[in-house]
Amino acid sequence: MSSERATSGGLPVGPAGPYAPVPYRVRSRTEETADIATLVLAPVDGAVTPSSAPGQFNMLYAFGIGEAAISISGAPDGALVHTVQALGATSRALFAAPPGSCVGVRGPYGNGWPLERAVGRDVVLAAGGLGLPPLRPLLYRLLAERERFGRIEVVYGARTPKSLVFYEEIQRWRARSDLRFQVTVDAAGRDWYGDVGVVTTRLPDARFDPANTVAFVCGPEVMMRFTAKALLERGVPAEAIFLSMERNMKCAVGFCGHCQFGPEFVCRDGPVLPYARIAPYLGVREL
Amino acid sequence: METAGGSSASVLSREAFPRLLEAIRAAGYRIVGPTIRDGAIVYGEIARVEDLPIGWTDRQEAGTYRLERRDDAALFGYNVGPHSWKKYLFPARERLFSATGTADGGFTVQAEPRDEAPLAFLGMRGCELAAVAIQDRVFDGRVPDPGYHARRQACLRIAVECGQAGATCFCTSMGTGPAVRGGSADLILTELLSPERHEFLIRAGSERGAAILAGVPTRPATDEDARAAAARVESAAGAMGRRLDPAGLRDLLLGNPEHPRWQLVAERCLACTNCTLACPTCFCSSSEEVPDLSGAKVERWRRWDSCFNSAFSELHHAPVRKSTSSRYRQWMTHKLASWHDQFDSSGCVGCGRCITWCPVGIDITEEVAAIRATPGASGPARRSP
Repeated sequence: MSSERATSGGLPVGPAGPYAPVPYRVRSRTEETADIATLVLAPVDGAVTPSSAPGQFNMLYAFGIGEAAISISGAPDGALVHTVQALGATSRALFAAPPGSCVGVRGPYGNGWPLERAVGRDVVLAAGGLGLPPLRPLLYRLLAERERFGRIEVVYGARTPKSLVFYEEIQRWRARSDLRFQVTVDAAGRDWYGDVGVVTTRLPDARFDPANTVAFVCGPEVMMRFTAKALLERGVPAEAIFLSMERNMKCAVGFCGHCQFGPEFVCRDGPVLPYARIAPYLGVREL
Repeated sequence: METAGGSSASVLSREAFPRLLEAIRAAGYRIVGPTIRDGAIVYGEIARVEDLPIGWTDRQEAGTYRLERRDDAALFGYNVGPHSWKKYLFPARERLFSATGTADGGFTVQAEPRDEAPLAFLGMRGCELAAVAIQDRVFDGRVPDPGYHARRQACLRIAVECGQAGATCFCTSMGTGPAVRGGSADLILTELLSPERHEFLIRAGSERGAAILAGVPTRPATDEDARAAAARVESAAGAMGRRLDPAGLRDLLLGNPEHPRWQLVAERCLACTNCTLACPTCFCSSSEEVPDLSGAKVERWRRWDSCFNSAFSELHHAPVRKSTSSRYRQWMTHKLASWHDQFDSSGCVGCGRCITWCPVGIDITEEVAAIRATPGASGPARRSP
């Protein structure tokens, strides 16, 4: 059994070509919310899981159903972890995949978060909804090399308390003294003692030196637009703001054309794109 | 005589033309080229020279395509039809892999065998060679598409320089034709046709082409032959039915996403996808899972898709590009502007297919001119491909 997978032009190529998924076994499944599950995966053939950079994604495959682009939500050098929301036929099947079942994986694809830009600076992570899973590998890396960075401010917003993911882990992060982790929800009942409001309402409370900050933002496009605006107003330079974009994706290798956002192929040039570069396109409707 | 490419030109008589087809076949190729089907010149199997549209021409205008008889027996007396060579290099449907379910709930993947006979593309025009070169940048670059790469490496390109231009042609604007430079094809033909003669100036553009040409009875070309060929190409260049000014086009289109013209064109555009299917460079596709009845064996197929389809941009059950204006803007801005950022070239070769085959006659050259006439801002900074 080969321990390393072949690559072509820096992209992974399975034994049956660049489009063929590699079979992985679901080792464990954690239900995060009513429609979001976290899967831990291991290659069926016993090969080593390819390492990934925080912010990269895989094409996950449900046999007989189809493929979906899902970002990697686990530690970069650990087991392969994906957090999937049941949205369409494929993601519904992935969400429901029980331990012991088999899914296909090809990847990792995309560029990931430019971690090196954050060295020696304050770091803001802003996540909306399912924007937290792609930021989690980055947070692991930041905490693993904690002394290389300034203050770490995480602001995570979800629709309701019930739609928060990684709930237990968030409690542990919130208990730490070397990062600040704010959680806010759009709407909540009386049993919620936390903040209510969109992500941008928590940004004024975040402590960072705007001129010496790098911000990594992932969430719905409207959330990212307003977060970027708020960060710019706080004085964070446009060049220091990075957004993880989402578009329809079929091939993940720049051939199918679906994921274009202006001149960017989100699969290949992104998904993480510098705000300064894409700002002209962000304001255009139906781009 | 010597050509710019250094290879010497020869003259092939019309009578000996079948010998060229034989030599190509003897070299192991299956010949495909222009032939008449359903009232149009399309690309298909060429078993004999009579399969070519001998003595036919096409009359094209925006939204119009008609075949007409010529008053001669030209083999290549027409311009491009609805097909392009992409249907061979990047087929409209292609199986990417097969997979079989296993007893333990898993699956195994079977790679696609690559055993197709190499194709000889007979009758590629200058604009079409440019289109293949553009798709090479898409499919055969940093990460090659295995199917495209295999077919592209194997194919033989036999170019024909245009001796006439259609009313929707604008290759001179895009710098892709009608002349064919040595080296951009394996063999290059120019049809020399007058009441007195019917011959072909023929040049080899590669060693593969030269090897085939060596087995065909020709005579060395004279300066007069070369002059006659150049005159044919020059007359085609002077007869372009359309023009498109490419200067500053990238910045113009990327800088005008809210131009009112996008709304105007959308009032006519049917979002039928004809332009994208007829375009020789459009490369968008979708992939589909096709299970057999038992569900034990599945195939994954790729098929052409179009940015004019509403599902194309679907994200979380709703299209990003809901309006036809946003889809037309995506298509034209990609083709003429953001293509430069992505692939360091325009995505348009000036073949005019999108104009001819648009059922309502939308004309890309007219749309560009309209935006150029009343521009708004200039475009965002270009990024490197």
